[in-house]
Amino acid sequence: MSKKQSAIADNKNASGADFSKAPVNAALTKVQKIDLYRTMVRVRRFEERSLRAYQAKKIGGFLHLYIGQEAVAIGCCSLMGKNDHIITAYRDHGHAIGVGMGMNPLMAELYGKVTGCSKGKGGSMHFFDPSRNYWGGHGIVGGQIPLGVGLAYGVKYKGLKGAAMAFMGDGAVNQGAVHESYNLASLWNLPVIFVIENNGYSMGTSQERSSAGSLAKRAEGYDMHWAKCDGSNIYEVRETMDHLLNLARDQCKPSVVEISTYRYRGHSVADPDNTYRNKAEIEDYRKTKDPIHVFQQILKDEGILDEALTEQIDTEARAEAEASAEFAEVSPYPTVEDITKHVYWEEDHPEHKTSQGRIFFE
Amino acid sequence: MPLITYREAIRHALAEELARDPHVVVMGEEVAQFNGAYKVTEGLLEKFGPNRVVDTPISEAGFIGMGIGASMLGVRPVIELMFWSFYSVAFDQILNNAANVRYMSGGLINCPIVIRGPANGGTNVGATHSHTPENICANHPGIKVVCPATAYDAKGLLKSAIRDNDPVMFMENTILYGDKWEVPEEEYLIPLGKADIKRVGKDLTIVAHGRAVISSLAAAQQLEREHDISVEVVDLRTIRPLDEETVLESVRKTHRVLLVEENKPFCGVGAQLAYMIQEKAFDELDAPIKRISAIDTPAIYSPPMEAEQLPTPDRILKAAIELLR
Repeated sequence: MSKKQSAIADNKNASGADFSKAPVNAALTKVQKIDLYRTMVRVRRFEERSLRAYQAKKIGGFLHLYIGQEAVAIGCCSLMGKNDHIITAYRDHGHAIGVGMGMNPLMAELYGKVTGCSKGKGGSMHFFDPSRNYWGGHGIVGGQIPLGVGLAYGVKYKGLKGAAMAFMGDGAVNQGAVHESYNLASLWNLPVIFVIENNGYSMGTSQERSSAGSLAKRAEGYDMHWAKCDGSNIYEVRETMDHLLNLARDQCKPSVVEISTYRYRGHSVADPDNTYRNKAEIEDYRKTKDPIHVFQQILKDEGILDEALTEQIDTEARAEAEASAEFAEVSPYPTVEDITKHVYWEEDHPEHKTSQGRIFFE
Repeated sequence: MPLITYREAIRHALAEELARDPHVVVMGEEVAQFNGAYKVTEGLLEKFGPNRVVDTPISEAGFIGMGIGASMLGVRPVIELMFWSFYSVAFDQILNNAANVRYMSGGLINCPIVIRGPANGGTNVGATHSHTPENICANHPGIKVVCPATAYDAKGLLKSAIRDNDPVMFMENTILYGDKWEVPEEEYLIPLGKADIKRVGKDLTIVAHGRAVISSLAAAQQLEREHDISVEVVDLRTIRPLDEETVLESVRKTHRVLLVEENKPFCGVGAQLAYMIQEKAFDELDAPIKRISAIDTPAIYSPPMEAEQLPTPDRILKAAIELLR
């Protein structure tokens, strides 16, 4: 697994400048910094609680956990303006919490309950919240990337100043749809940032066994700006993304960014995770690059966090996750009648319907 | 009433909707500067400009997915597939994204896109260019499928499709593009899901869509003239939603059914119709339902044989006579 060596311990970039001094980070208030930290902790506790629910057979299908990658989603989401949009693949719980969705509807969705954010119709891979400019939650690797280009197209078409962040994993970069998307974005100057969350593995296949060349550097072939950064440090993520978001919003220029990160768990819970990497690698990340520990240390050094506060934040996050599991447990399932709802806009809005004929068959 | 071609009817529908709704954008390969591979979009770039009529590079998955993404924000793309055969390059975007995003989000999102273009064989362009995927598309809840046979139907249905807030797959036919029909100048809409009796008759019901309607009408004329058989031709116009009632009403009148389609037999539109008719009008049938589909192989190139592969008036005629024996 190739990872950029960043001097994480001292929070500095390659030329020695302190990430916390970058304008986008220096502008944060104390409360906002704590909130960034808190949100990452909440993501982790939510993921851990959902893992236990899955093991207790409350959740069916797949569960792709975001544990270890928190700084990427939270860092990016924290920069969203009102005309910025995000879309991602199936490792989408962190982004959901990052845009501000509550844990209750998320957990209920995992349980398949009608109180879920997708009314139980999507599941883990399909969290959406258009009101927060969050467009999912998608199952087919790379399939969401053209949609992300479309979000950028829509923003530009409407004459708005904004950007779309289209997230994918390192496993998606070889899909044809992704290359088509790069071309369209660059050809038409669409304000999209292609964010590659590189955790080193596409399912069980490492980057060196999957991809020729360097991932973000492929952007050069499409005449697009690109960057790399270390996803262990939320300050670094924010600084890198701030530049790219401004490039998109102000100049309508797309870019590709590769953010190196890591997942502690397997590709999904079903992945035994013992065929393609070793425990030493996971331990090394935990000790030196865990984004929550890294930021905790940074904020302690800034005098903003102390033991008591981190303890409190953790306790509250666990309690919130536990409460969401209780909420999910007592919520009802959808009914058989609910199955045929939300397929067609027209059927869901009969007062506006102009079509005739039979639309569902048996 | 003016006589205009099917091609012009589509063009007028596009122009009217582009003028009416600033969210509508026409996009596809060669639609703008080239004036359309089949000249359907001729003149639209000049009239509406490059923001509204957009030439795309050859990347169906990319630009169709892009259109779907933009539609989530309220843009209303009308995307041209130069040949509907190229849909398979964008299968995931159309049948996983456009068809499913509303459902997977529990109804939070809708994708008001139209994908339109010619879906037909009979032009000697070979097996990969001759697909008629209305049956494949209609098998996917979440999208709608329209197959107009005449200029009048094409215009009214395309306008409805563009105004529809669900994804609509609109399938035309290059062979029909030059056919002229009476089309009113005043604005009109045809609702999706409403079939049309193209010819009234009493001895036999033919149900068809697209070019098969035209072939069936030709066969019907000959059947009347030479065999004294009165044929009713039901043009489905929309595949999904499906106007079952118009079909059944005709079956109750004639008691014999011949299904004609350019689809291949296995799981063609005819298969669905046959199930529906026997389920709902079993006692009305005086004979088993008969079906003429395309001959069940990839589309052949050799021009005279390709013509034979499709449901010709001659094959329709023979099947009709057989049915009434």
